[in-house]
Amino acid sequence: MKTLQLNSITNFKFQTIKTMKTMKKCSMYALLAIAMIGCSDDDAAPLPINEEEVITTVILTLTPESGDQVVLTTQDLDGDGPDEPVTTVSGSFLENTEYTGAARFLNETETPAEEITDEVLEEADEHQVFYEIQGGLDIGIMYNDDQQDTQGNPIGLQIILSTGAASSGSLTVTLRHEPNKSAEGVSDGDITNAGGETDITTTFNVSIQ
Amino acid sequence: MRLFTLLLLLSCSVHSFSQDCNNTLYGSLLDIHDGSVLTGATVIVAQTGVGVLTDLDGNFVITNLCNATYQFQISHPSCSTKAFSILVKDDTQKTFKLEHHLESLNEIIVNGKTTNRATKSIYENLVDQQTITTYSSGSLGDALNSISGVSSLNTGNTVVKPMINGLHSSRVLIINNGVQMQDQEWGAEHAPSIDIKAVGSLKVIKGAGALQYGGNAIGGVIIASAPKVPLLDSLYGKTILSGSSNGLGGVVSSSLTKSYQNGLHASIQGSLKRYGDFNAPNYNLSNTGVFERNISAKIGFNRIDYGVEAYYSLFKNEIGILRASHIGGAEDQVQAIASPVPTIIKDFTYSIGNPRQDVTHHLGRIKGFKDIENIGRISLQYDYQQNNRLEFDIRRGSNSGRASLDLVLDTQTLTIDVASYISEKLTAKFGVVGGLQTNYANPETGIRRLIPDYDKYSFAGFASGDFTINQKWVLEAGFRFDYTHMNVFKFYRRSFWEDRGYDSQFSDLVIEEYGNQLLVNPKLDFYNPSFTIGTKYSFGLYKLFTNYSMSSRAPNASEQFSEGLHHSASIIELGDLQFGSETAHKISLTLQKRGERFDFTVSPFATKIDDFILIEPTGIRQTIRGNFQVWEYRQTQAQMYGLDLDASLSLINNMRFVHQFSLVKGYDKTSNEPLISMPPASTLNSLVYTNPGFKNLSIAIQSNYVFRQNEFPNTNFEVVLPESIEYIDISTPPAGYHLLNLNITAAINPDMQVGLYVNNLLNTSYRNYLNRLRYYADDLGRNITLQLKYNY
Repeated sequence: MKTLQLNSITNFKFQTIKTMKTMKKCSMYALLAIAMIGCSDDDAAPLPINEEEVITTVILTLTPESGDQVVLTTQDLDGDGPDEPVTTVSGSFLENTEYTGAARFLNETETPAEEITDEVLEEADEHQVFYEIQGGLDIGIMYNDDQQDTQGNPIGLQIILSTGAASSGSLTVTLRHEPNKSAEGVSDGDITNAGGETDITTTFNVSIQ
Repeated sequence: MRLFTLLLLLSCSVHSFSQDCNNTLYGSLLDIHDGSVLTGATVIVAQTGVGVLTDLDGNFVITNLCNATYQFQISHPSCSTKAFSILVKDDTQKTFKLEHHLESLNEIIVNGKTTNRATKSIYENLVDQQTITTYSSGSLGDALNSISGVSSLNTGNTVVKPMINGLHSSRVLIINNGVQMQDQEWGAEHAPSIDIKAVGSLKVIKGAGALQYGGNAIGGVIIASAPKVPLLDSLYGKTILSGSSNGLGGVVSSSLTKSYQNGLHASIQGSLKRYGDFNAPNYNLSNTGVFERNISAKIGFNRIDYGVEAYYSLFKNEIGILRASHIGGAEDQVQAIASPVPTIIKDFTYSIGNPRQDVTHHLGRIKGFKDIENIGRISLQYDYQQNNRLEFDIRRGSNSGRASLDLVLDTQTLTIDVASYISEKLTAKFGVVGGLQTNYANPETGIRRLIPDYDKYSFAGFASGDFTINQKWVLEAGFRFDYTHMNVFKFYRRSFWEDRGYDSQFSDLVIEEYGNQLLVNPKLDFYNPSFTIGTKYSFGLYKLFTNYSMSSRAPNASEQFSEGLHHSASIIELGDLQFGSETAHKISLTLQKRGERFDFTVSPFATKIDDFILIEPTGIRQTIRGNFQVWEYRQTQAQMYGLDLDASLSLINNMRFVHQFSLVKGYDKTSNEPLISMPPASTLNSLVYTNPGFKNLSIAIQSNYVFRQNEFPNTNFEVVLPESIEYIDISTPPAGYHLLNLNITAAINPDMQVGLYVNNLLNTSYRNYLNRLRYYADDLGRNITLQLKYNY
């Protein structure tokens, strides 16, 4: 604006000043209008959202006919936040022993903690838990569900875990949403062709002694 | 009527005798009322019968004239035909003015082009009405893609986000009927909420030169306007019907306008678009259907020196997102990328399941203007728009029908500006803009807010002017200042707040603590000056546009406040509360030649952006859901340069060769790496045959070659799977590709036009580097569209 005012055309100068006045008036009105709109706004603070579908905790409890239970737990309380999940293994397995296992999924951001296992069960057709053994770990796992899904396919919440000779390695538990349960090997617990989306996946370092 | 005028002119023609007949007339054609340029007008020299059309700038050139007085007849679809008598002596330059009314009803061609230039020193690209019609079965982004230097960032084939010289989102302003669209432009998967079928004219200004629209247009400005209404008693309309083989759907669009000579006018327009799943050459693209519904209405009173107008539009679009692109985490990504075909292919269906987007955009505008002597035209505009964006993901149980994202963005703007034609040579424009914007993230989603609640207050003032020094030189300059205040309510995860060290720096911003979440109330102020200066130099058949612009942009809510898993992209996005504005300097040149046989436009540019905000992968985060790639926003120094080229050559009668080439290079000067998602070089070559004498037939064969992008940052990453370590290649661009298209249009009668458009004629399988779903599926296969346009 300044550079324009310096223009030598006096007529223009006059017009500019006149226009400026009008402008000033107009902008005052504009400001007033905006201020009025602005003030009508209520600044109520929003409420926090506690995510209901989040799974924060996986508990796999393995019980032998005699001897100590082995409990494998993973907890990730900040979900996709920067804190890493915390994994605990309560002890080691006994040699040549059969363990009955049950998997539980919890949302601990809520109090009391929400039992996601129930939701998985309700939507059994759309969920399956997979177990994978890595390293030299001498363990076999079979599905042992109390109930199948509506198509007669396994869900994988209950298992039988049989140990062999002393060894160590890792056990990965994966919950898949909308897997293709009819794909080859999937109903036997092979994740390779399962597809779908991973709801949770966690790996435990375990040993047989 | 037109014929009569011509005959009259011919009857009084004077034959020129043998003399030096090498003179050229450089004419330009303007509307007598508002000085807007008139494109596509026919200029006929009565003595010789030679006829030319005015170009997109309203200019025309007639060569081989003698030193004599000539009669010209100028006619334009929405103006009265007029005869002029001009004395030609040597090369002559002359401005002609037509009155923008119509004499008789039967001369109406509704789509007559009239254009107001937004800048003088930047070449403006226009998409003509015929091209807009061609793309009416697609989207705004598709139509804009026909311009050199404009590409798009796609999510599938229905979410098409325009990109100008490699820049997009908040750096590209989209002006819809004079209103800057506020439709959550921050996300790469958000397409503009504009109905292409309601657009009468479309133009692109590459760069920040058009300061009346905003100082933050680092990439450029896209201006879409409804067709102009002529001042006469009339009732007219048009209907477009089209059906396409790919997606097995179509479009119906209809408009009706009633106008009166006294300036009163009213229009209504509506459209419907419905497609089922689209298909790639070898498979169905499951869940890619689209359902779009729009309506708009306009009522106004235009008395040339004053007028008012009210406009309302509703845009509603439901878009399916490729089912196979919805993945859990990096583990699933390994599988999805490794698979040569999408991991989920179902049978064709019209139903749109999750994941999907559902966008509703209301826009209302009231505008008035008055011409005041000694001041100029004063315009006042108030607009209100509401954008509601719902995104649905695959969710468990009772949540499966619940949106994962539910944002409501309300924006109000008040603009006052003055356009002064101070003298024949000097024009000036200045104004003030005030705005209020409120974003509300609905907590009912049960998912933490991706974009926080905020109120944004903005105020801006601008001034620009141009000075015509002589017939050759025009000088232009402008300045703008934007002030923005943001009042934000954001919930941070305590772990993130502490991880970033915000707890020691910004502890005073915390207003409440809820378990592991903190409610934080940042109040941010941004001051953004912008500035532009340029010239236009005309010499003979050439024009040279030179422009320098400095523009600055405040960071948007996504860049500042993203924090967490972006479900639809399955990456963790992290913004930074401490970002300042980015500032761009751009120099652009355009050399334009308009000849009788050969036209070209070449536009090189160079841009330097300080504190350029970009998002890039920085690592892997382990969560109980698996591994996710973390993308963090950061600020850096960026440099971009490139070239857009357009050329057109008349081969023989009715046959034209049209060439386009676009190139852009972008570098991050801090890391000395190429910028991510830069459009690869591409070239478009068409052979166009037109025969106005036979049904206005037009046949165009178009070859579109997109090179492979060879410059890209390496953002590949490793993910530890139970059995192995997998290397995920997400950065290597796909191979170059070549597509062949065929467009045929003909007029069955003056009111009825038929079009047959075949895209990807050879059914080529390809993947586009700028399509976010390229990892999961091929792009579209052959598509045959049959279109019927009826004017009444």
